[in-house]
Amino acid sequence: MLDIRNLHVSVDGKPILKGLDLSVKAGEVHAIMGPNGSGKSTLAHVLAGREGYVVSSGEILYQGSNLLELNVEERAQQGILLAFQYPVEIPGVANVYFLKAALNALRRHRGLPELDAIDFLALIRNKLKQMEMDESLLYRPVNQGFSGGEKKRNEILQMVLLEPTLALLDESDSGLDIDALKVVAAGINGLRSPQRAIVLVTHYQRLLDYVVPDKVHVLADGRIARSGGRELAIELERTGYGTPADHPGRQAATP
Amino acid sequence: MLKEATKLDELVSREYQHGFHTDLETDTLSQGLNEAVIRLISAKKEEPEFMLDWRLQAYRHWLTMREPGWSTIHHPPIDYQAISYYSAPKSRQDGPQSLAEVDPELLRTYEKLGVPLQEREILAGVAVDAVFDSVSVATTFKAKLGELGIIFCSFSEAVREHPELVRQYLGSVVPYTDNYFASLNSAVFSDGSFCYIPPGVHCPMELSTYFRINAINTGQFERTLIIADRDSYVSYLEGCTAPMRDENQLHAAVVELIALENAQIRYATVQNWYPGDKEGRGGIYNFVTKRGECRGDNSRISWTQVETGSAITWKYPSVILRGDNAQGEFHSVALTNNYQQADTGTKMIHLGRNTRSNIVSKGISAGHGHNAYRGLVKMAKSAVGARNYSQCDSLLLGDKCAAHTFPYIEVKHPSARVEHEATTSRIGEDQLFYCQSRGLSAEDAVSMIVNGFCKEVFQELPMEFAVEAQKLLGVSLEGSIG
Repeated sequence: MLDIRNLHVSVDGKPILKGLDLSVKAGEVHAIMGPNGSGKSTLAHVLAGREGYVVSSGEILYQGSNLLELNVEERAQQGILLAFQYPVEIPGVANVYFLKAALNALRRHRGLPELDAIDFLALIRNKLKQMEMDESLLYRPVNQGFSGGEKKRNEILQMVLLEPTLALLDESDSGLDIDALKVVAAGINGLRSPQRAIVLVTHYQRLLDYVVPDKVHVLADGRIARSGGRELAIELERTGYGTPADHPGRQAATP
Repeated sequence: MLKEATKLDELVSREYQHGFHTDLETDTLSQGLNEAVIRLISAKKEEPEFMLDWRLQAYRHWLTMREPGWSTIHHPPIDYQAISYYSAPKSRQDGPQSLAEVDPELLRTYEKLGVPLQEREILAGVAVDAVFDSVSVATTFKAKLGELGIIFCSFSEAVREHPELVRQYLGSVVPYTDNYFASLNSAVFSDGSFCYIPPGVHCPMELSTYFRINAINTGQFERTLIIADRDSYVSYLEGCTAPMRDENQLHAAVVELIALENAQIRYATVQNWYPGDKEGRGGIYNFVTKRGECRGDNSRISWTQVETGSAITWKYPSVILRGDNAQGEFHSVALTNNYQQADTGTKMIHLGRNTRSNIVSKGISAGHGHNAYRGLVKMAKSAVGARNYSQCDSLLLGDKCAAHTFPYIEVKHPSARVEHEATTSRIGEDQLFYCQSRGLSAEDAVSMIVNGFCKEVFQELPMEFAVEAQKLLGVSLEGSIG
């Protein structure tokens, strides 16, 4: 489904990804791990099409086509969805309105009829229950005044609502207490399907106790340094990343 | 960002949708202004003597005045002798008594603008006093309102039919000496709307007027007077569009509101006049004086405006809070795109005890637009315990536009309290990316974010106007990001 070959990406003229290769098949869950500044979030944002991330060489094939030719909304319409590490606030825009607009934009693209308010509400209430979220979150402005945990759940809520083909999760576990982590993990596990690929970007292997990946990759200095199965994550938990970025004194690049 | 900017530029540069011109036989005075012209206007309208005298006094006063120079707006000098001061559709001479008698061309124009009078009559329950150029040509729901004793008619008709009311209230809030443009209007005003709500009556429908400027080089000088007598309530909607034009057109309207004891007036405007082209050519010059007086105790006046059109907007809908416990409100969304300029805001003059005022201003600048909020909050010595809260937010789209805030505060009583908050923000790249990464197009994303920014103001609009206002922002505002 996703084939990344020799990808070089720089931000503000600074190289972040330096020849990254990654191949993800439908039905698989991949975990991308690595120390701060190794380029994990950059990878997620490049896939989603964020401005300012300059691809200097390499290619990204998504479902056999050149992903880099598509703009942000086209990628979303093709089924790529990024759960943000830091979701932004949109004052004055009710969450329910935002979610409905997003779903209907995708439905339009897929040639499906748009859902009206009543049908949408029935659908979203169901998904809220699944994410153990309070209905009042629907009527607050998007992410405004949400706690850290509520924001993360709201991101996964969008995943279960929009049903992407390629789900990218950027540190969806960070800052969560154990109960919230279990809910988020359950949401992600519910997404697992033979037609769907999931890429988890995470700093800690804690999430992987609940969402068991098919493959684990360690990103270091802009490249995949090691790949393996679930056991690699556990080993890392014990030994640390062992890259220079982990040593104090070395400045970490901001993803 | 470059790619987005290009796409958004395309959206911004979309042609003005209401830019068409209707050919009607018009009865237009030749250009120029002098006492003879004013006498002619008054005679054409068969006005009583007091009205002509008032016009002449205003004109003589106007001759002693100069255009105000204190605002942030810039424009080439206006040649007041190159303007024709009266234009009316010819059919007016026969005085259409029903829609059937109205020039079909005119009705088609309204249909293009989305103002199907007949449908509105039946569906919306809105009485429309349609002003085409300078003379009202159709008034609906009059009979129904008449049963309640409500007077809702053209200004000309009010002068003829209810001279005592006009005489009592005209100029009592905005005197003909008030300012340059108000004086000019007082001298030459052609027509407008008049509304009187008798004591104890709650007006059962939204009253509405659509304004439209149509004749080339004809200044439009509307005059509106609304009186809410004791314990009454009225909500009034004003919406405007204008056809495309090469020459700049001067518009200098005056609106006066008077709320007596326990009365409430809500006045809402959606202004979408031709803003000029992408290079800043053409467009309406809109110099408006709007002021309400809470004359009685416990009276309330609120102004809500959505200003997206005109090359120049110069208006400060204000409230004089004379009665004790009176409340004044001002809610504004002003959008400037391309080379539009807006200098707008309000004045809240607190005279009575425990008076309250609330100001919410949302300025949006895109393209090369200039947007200034100018507000005065004045607490007189008599304003014991008065309170004001002002909130002025500016949103910038792109890096060639500008936003300014000029709050003026005068407090003469120690118990009065004034609060002012102001923010300026740029539409966030992060917000856009977030929305687009959910499959929303750039235009939908911008529209959503800006509508969110304006939400507090839109909430003040009656439902059908709120929808219209959102659409309007959707069309005229989708664009330009920094």
